[in-house]
Amino acid sequence: MLGCAENMHEFRRFTGTEKYLTSGALESAVNCALALKRPLLVRGEPGTGKTLLAEAVAEGLGAPLIPWQVKSTTKAQDGLYVYDTVERLYDSRFGDGDVKDIKKYIKLGPLGQAFAANELKVLLIDEVDKADLEFPNDLLHELDRMRFRIVETGEEIVAKERPVVIITSNNEKELPDAFLRRCVFHFIDFPDKELMRRIVEVHHPGLDAALVDQVLSVFFEVRDGLRLRKRPSTSELIDWIAVLRKAGVNDVKLEKNLPFLGTLLKKEQDLAAFADQLAGGRRFRS
Amino acid sequence: MFIDFLYELRGRKVPVGAQEAVALAEALSLGLHDASLDGFYDVARALLIHDEKYLDDFDVAFSSYFRGVAVEAKAIAEELLSWLRDPKKWHELSQEEKDSLQKLDLEQVLAMFEQRLKEQNERHDGGNRWIGTGGSSPFGRGGFNPSGVSLGGGGGRSGAVLAADARRYKPYRSDVLLDTRQIEVALRKLRVFAHEGADHELDIDGTIDATAKNAGELEVKTRPPRRSNTRVILMMDVGGSMDPYATTMSQLFSAAKRATHFKELRTYYFHNCVYGKIWKTENFLEPLSVRDLVFECPPTYKLVIVGDALMAPYELLGSSGYAGDDGRIPGIDWLRMLREHFRRAVWLNPEDWRSYKGTTIEPISNIFPMFDLTLEGLGEAVTELLKGGKR
Repeated sequence: MLGCAENMHEFRRFTGTEKYLTSGALESAVNCALALKRPLLVRGEPGTGKTLLAEAVAEGLGAPLIPWQVKSTTKAQDGLYVYDTVERLYDSRFGDGDVKDIKKYIKLGPLGQAFAANELKVLLIDEVDKADLEFPNDLLHELDRMRFRIVETGEEIVAKERPVVIITSNNEKELPDAFLRRCVFHFIDFPDKELMRRIVEVHHPGLDAALVDQVLSVFFEVRDGLRLRKRPSTSELIDWIAVLRKAGVNDVKLEKNLPFLGTLLKKEQDLAAFADQLAGGRRFRS
Repeated sequence: MFIDFLYELRGRKVPVGAQEAVALAEALSLGLHDASLDGFYDVARALLIHDEKYLDDFDVAFSSYFRGVAVEAKAIAEELLSWLRDPKKWHELSQEEKDSLQKLDLEQVLAMFEQRLKEQNERHDGGNRWIGTGGSSPFGRGGFNPSGVSLGGGGGRSGAVLAADARRYKPYRSDVLLDTRQIEVALRKLRVFAHEGADHELDIDGTIDATAKNAGELEVKTRPPRRSNTRVILMMDVGGSMDPYATTMSQLFSAAKRATHFKELRTYYFHNCVYGKIWKTENFLEPLSVRDLVFECPPTYKLVIVGDALMAPYELLGSSGYAGDDGRIPGIDWLRMLREHFRRAVWLNPEDWRSYKGTTIEPISNIFPMFDLTLEGLGEAVTELLKGGKR
């Protein structure tokens, strides 16, 4: 049951996959990106499934995913190609192979691979805001024109099949306007209780309904009721339930020694705040 | 047709332009919105909005522009709902028909609605008066009236407007006071890179040059890595009229402390106005004279002062009277001294300072570029601090 089918508008539509539940707005955004051939920029709280979306889109389109994890040291050039000067220098000194053939020392990066491929690829540029402030601007031209030139060899790499580009951001840095304007934007909301129930059902099928109720109410109470530095999100909830199942816990109440609290709250201050609130008796449920 | 809506958005300071308009037109011509208002809401939002801080403005604009105002109808008879449950599809109305529809304001609509509710006692479909489905009366479901009341949710023209009315994105607006993480993000912009420190990065160009000069014998050159060398002085007004902003101040403080990209961060406290001394701790224990500070810190330090700049005129224009020889220098001169020494300095004010006329805020904002202590203001302040050159 894959969510994609050719339809009358000559582009492939995305409707979510078995493992990935979408909302109307999200589907709409993905389809806009597919139809208009623009990059899709996804933002949202950590743990709301931004990266998973790319995997789901790739699965839905039946195209391989090329992930590009952006780090603080990543430069735009790394995505296109890397010219391994050091190796060439080394070879020239210690004579191994033909140093004159520059091509041997050119290594395509994720973006380069997606362009050079013969079939459709889904390119995930993960956490674009981790890199330097200028990073997105440096990619503008390549994402727009879908081509670039390897300066060292003069060879031009042109995308045969325009890759689907999905970009995620945690909003650590403001992205430049020129970059934003070229993207279709989607903000992943934190799921409400109903959607969360369905998400839990997908990840933990056949879980006892009463337990799901308890878990969800405790989860949302912790998330929304306490002043936390890092609020637990979907992935923490899924992990927490996994641990609860492993341990055979089938009764959860919001009280001082909540089982496996560490999977939900990951900051010392948050654990302290939690203990405080409960000790104060204000939120104590027996 | 949606152009007016774009101007509605622009009126709310959402940056949309020709590029967005063209993209939206293309999407609509491809039928991405499935010919529904809900679909249009999703598509328009994906294409027109590029930042979650504008989502709330978008919702407000949407609900005001597509004003098929969705209202919580009071106590609707169960029977009424059951007539509405399976709506007849309304036929396409011609333009005259649409024009002839009564346009009513919300008050009138609600008043009429209650009255009809009393009078009506059977099912109605089509037509233009009674509560029913597929008609052009202002009341009912799946019908067409620009200022109508939608009943029972689902279908019809109200879904997106309802969603927009809920304004779920209000917390993401950027003009609200700051939270720590957002401050960190804003402060992160405040950095200037330079090569500094120990040599442990391979300098490729240097290596190639050296190797060539060395007749092909490999000679490796290294250089120090690029690091930010921003040095910041943060001065905070504490106590008295600043007490209400204690939380915001401590958030700003902890965000600045945590920011790893400052080469150096010095924090000082003062009360009301800077006189001869500032303090290293909040309880005014370790004093440092302003003259020493100016002596220690070269003008390249970025000075950030946080305070409401509100005080009695004599506190600014008169001297503190404490502390020896400098005791006779008025507060305003100390502020001028700081401003003149540091190339870039800003004042962040948590008050709505533009609305205060004839107070000490005015002279102080003439000395220091003043900004709001909001995310937006902080962003502007950072831009000011990063400006190069001499003032």
